[in-house]
Amino acid sequence: MRKILVAATAAILATGAGLLSASAADKLKIGFIYLGPVGDLGWTYQHDLARLAMVKEFGDKVETTFLENVSEGPDSERSIEQLARAGNKLIFTTSFGYMEPTLKVAKKYPNVHFEHATGYKRDKNMSTYSGRFYEGRYIQGVIAAKMSKSGVLGYIASFPIPEVVSGINATMLGAQTINPNIKIKIIWANTWFDPGKEADAAKALIDQGADIIMQHTDSPAAMQVAAERGKLAFGQDSEMIKFGPKTQLTSIMNNWGPYYIERVKAELDGTWKSEDFWGGLKSKLVVMAPYTNMPDDVKKLAEETEAAITEGKLQPFKCPVIGQDGKEVECKGGTHLDDGQVLGMNFYVKGIDEKIPGK
Amino acid sequence: MGLIEAIILAVLAASTPLLLAATGELVTERSGVLNLGVEGMMIVGAACGFGGAWLSGSIIIGALCGIAAGVLMSLIFALMTLGLAVNQVATGLALTILGIGLSGLIGARFVGEKISPAPRLAIPGLTDIPMIGRILFGEDAFVYLSLALVIGVWFFLYKTRPGLILRAAGDNHASAHALGYPVLRIRLYAVMFGGACAGLAGAYLPLAYTPFFIPGMTAGRGWIALALVVFASWLPGRLVIGAYLFGAVTILQLHAQGWGVGVPSQLMSALPYLATVIVLVLISRARTGGSTAPAALGTVFVPDR
Repeated sequence: MRKILVAATAAILATGAGLLSASAADKLKIGFIYLGPVGDLGWTYQHDLARLAMVKEFGDKVETTFLENVSEGPDSERSIEQLARAGNKLIFTTSFGYMEPTLKVAKKYPNVHFEHATGYKRDKNMSTYSGRFYEGRYIQGVIAAKMSKSGVLGYIASFPIPEVVSGINATMLGAQTINPNIKIKIIWANTWFDPGKEADAAKALIDQGADIIMQHTDSPAAMQVAAERGKLAFGQDSEMIKFGPKTQLTSIMNNWGPYYIERVKAELDGTWKSEDFWGGLKSKLVVMAPYTNMPDDVKKLAEETEAAITEGKLQPFKCPVIGQDGKEVECKGGTHLDDGQVLGMNFYVKGIDEKIPGK
Repeated sequence: MGLIEAIILAVLAASTPLLLAATGELVTERSGVLNLGVEGMMIVGAACGFGGAWLSGSIIIGALCGIAAGVLMSLIFALMTLGLAVNQVATGLALTILGIGLSGLIGARFVGEKISPAPRLAIPGLTDIPMIGRILFGEDAFVYLSLALVIGVWFFLYKTRPGLILRAAGDNHASAHALGYPVLRIRLYAVMFGGACAGLAGAYLPLAYTPFFIPGMTAGRGWIALALVVFASWLPGRLVIGAYLFGAVTILQLHAQGWGVGVPSQLMSALPYLATVIVLVLISRARTGGSTAPAALGTVFVPDR
């Protein structure tokens, strides 16, 4: 009920925004659909930073409108359509759950171009884009194993979807290159965002012996708990060093800016076409925050690992990958698991003791 | 610090916002008013509480700002339901939606800022007692304040005359009115008390629990507080048990995952809510003697002059 009303409010606001900006006809109008508030310090915040970077790049050649707090699923269709009807020629829908609604609206408005984040369905006027966040997780695993005294890593997970599972596996594979006996404790928060619960999960992990905290949930709460307890932690989605100046080792930052600039440029030049973009460290969509609170040799190792992944010399999912059951995973990519296997990952690698929830 | 001690401390912190908000709502409902806007009052309390503390540098001023914000929100509710006799359920839901939007607006400039959290108490001699010292004397003041508040509410409701009148207004407003008691004024005070408690509960989150503000940070705790009042069958004593039980289940399910207990985490996350449903069933089955809902709960009262 609450979500419906919020979405309805957003739709009304969208209509208003459309009316206000109707006069500027010669500018390229670009719309954005956001999952959370722009001030969430995580996922949506990073998308909005990218939007601002793009606006800075093109100045008065573009005009942007964004709708925040748009809940995923069928409700979002109205909001997306509002943007299309208001004359936006390029529309970014920035969460997985907008996939079907975006596809529907794209069919209705063939002259409008759509960009959908983290999905897998495309059309001739609908592209997809996402990030290889697992590359950053691998580096974090290496750092974590170097820095951990107890040999136990604490991982706060959100939902057991492939993106999260591949992140856990990449962390573990990175950590095992340093310490083959490293242990990982995983707590599923079953939410993307609940600062209190994230803090509680961090406390539980630390109380059970973990001394490095990493997370796939959105708020800086876990970082603060680690800081208070004198442990170390990794940020998530954005730079979180402010919440743990003596705690943050690094953070995987989602840097959508260059991609948004590139796509808007293509739109302005008339060269936009439907694509599937999955960028990592190399394309700078995934950026590591400065390596801090670690000795120089660990920092050097982290930088070398980052460089090797960027250059393609190191594949986080290099074959052979051994599954939890001890069997080797089929190697579809030749020397490493192929993109399809990573995008659909639903198994843990060897060394993780727990089971994926629901399996 | 032992593991058990650590778990108890985490449970205390997790339960406190629930207990504070539920205590306020209990008094409101005892007067016959059902205010479903607890979540909305909490989140505005969180935004204003953090803002106050960040601007002034004082946790106490922050807490007072949170209380004031909760009271102001509850006054909107009171104006609608007591003044204009609008449906309480609809108004409460609207208050929650309003609160979520308003808190985002108020809190926008505080996002990304941080404060130092409320200090833990350190009473020489007492806090250092092994095992129980940290638990009984070593958490932040809000934890103990919330317990004192429940005791105060119990004393007020059952040991004082105004408390008796408040309960009378909630059980039969027509009789209370006939006896000459100002039903609407009593309910106004009860609603304001509920708002103050919800505001303080909301402020507890950014002031002590996770010392930063992010829109939506209450994450449904207001709704749990509402469920707790029913869980407690409107009795302050059971409210304390319920709040700590909720907190304990929440924390223990996280620990159980860390220990690798083979129960699906989704089920464990749902446990507190399952517990509520079970207790509701038990209450309705054993409805003999024990206290049930205030008889006039949720009904609109318009005095005939």
